[in-house]
Amino acid sequence: MGNLDKHSFLDFAYQLYRTMKTNEISLVYEGEVTQEITKTFTSLTERNLAKSEESNAVQRKVFNVMVECLQNISKHADSMGDEDGEERRGIVMVSKNEDSHNIITGNIIKNEKVPGLKENLEQVNSLDKKGLSELYKTQMRDGKISDKGGAGLGLIDIAKKTGSTLTYQFKELNDEVSFFILTSTIKRNL
Amino acid sequence: MEVINIQGTDDTPNVILDKDNGKFEISGRSLPEDVNLFYQPIMDWIDGYSKDTNDQTIFHIKLEYFNTASSKIILDILLKFEEIVEDGNDVKIIWHYHEEEEDMLEAGEEYADIVEIPFEYEAYTD
Repeated sequence: MGNLDKHSFLDFAYQLYRTMKTNEISLVYEGEVTQEITKTFTSLTERNLAKSEESNAVQRKVFNVMVECLQNISKHADSMGDEDGEERRGIVMVSKNEDSHNIITGNIIKNEKVPGLKENLEQVNSLDKKGLSELYKTQMRDGKISDKGGAGLGLIDIAKKTGSTLTYQFKELNDEVSFFILTSTIKRNL
Repeated sequence: MEVINIQGTDDTPNVILDKDNGKFEISGRSLPEDVNLFYQPIMDWIDGYSKDTNDQTIFHIKLEYFNTASSKIILDILLKFEEIVEDGNDVKIIWHYHEEEEDMLEAGEEYADIVEIPFEYEAYTD
C-alpha cells in the first residue's frame, strides 16, 4: 500500500473509480505485456465494444490499434537499469469520449533509441493517407521480420487505420532511459 | 502431397492447403506472437507445391484481422505464388472482406499493387 494509510487508500480507490467513470476509462494496466495479456485485453475490449452501439468498422479499428500498441510494448519496451531485460513492461489505458476512443500506451525506452523512433513518428505524421499506404507497401516489401518478430509497420498501420496523427511524448528519466507515451485516437463518427 | 489443415485459434488462422482437392485457403485471425514459427510450414509447403502445381490454383484469403507482422508474411506467401505465375501457371487470389470493412478491402488492393497475380474481391456479410 506504499505511503498510503488504510483510510487514504480507500479514499484513493474511490477517487480512482470516480475518475475512471467520469472519463469512461475502461481499462488501466501497468505491468508485463505478453502475448497472453494482449489477447486478454483485446478480447475484453472487443466484448465491451460489441455490447455498445459502436459500428463494426470502429470496433475493428480499436481492436486493431490495441493489438499493434500492445505488441509494440511486448517487442520493444526496455527496462530500468539492472532490471531483467527480458521483461517487457508498460502502461495501457483505454478510454472514450463523445468523439473518439483513445488508446494510450507508455513504456521505458533507451535514450539511444529515441532519435530514431522520433524520426519514424515524424515521418508517419507528415504523410497523408496515400503517402502512408505507399510507405506501408515499401516497408512491407523491403523490410524483414526482426528477431523480435516485428515488421517495422506498427506505427504506419496505426496512423493509417485511425486517420489521425500520432500524439507522443518522451520524458527523459535519467542518462540511460526515457518514458515514451503514445496516444492513438480512433474517431467514433466515421 | 501432404495436406495442411490447421484449425484456427483466437490468434492464428485456419489454413487449408490441399493440392489433390484443389483447396487453398487461409481464414480467420492472424496475430501470433511469432509469425515465422507459425508460417514456416506453410511457406515450406508452397515451395514444394511450386515444383508440381495444379493447372489452376485459386487461393482464398478470408482474414477478418491480421497484425502488421502477419501482413509482411502474407506478402511473402503472395510473392511465392507470383513466382508460380511467372513460371506460366494459372493462379488467382480471391480476397474476401467483410462488406463493412473498408480497411480490409484496401489491404487487398495494396497487395494487388505489389504482386503480379490476378486478384478478385468478394464482399461477405455476417
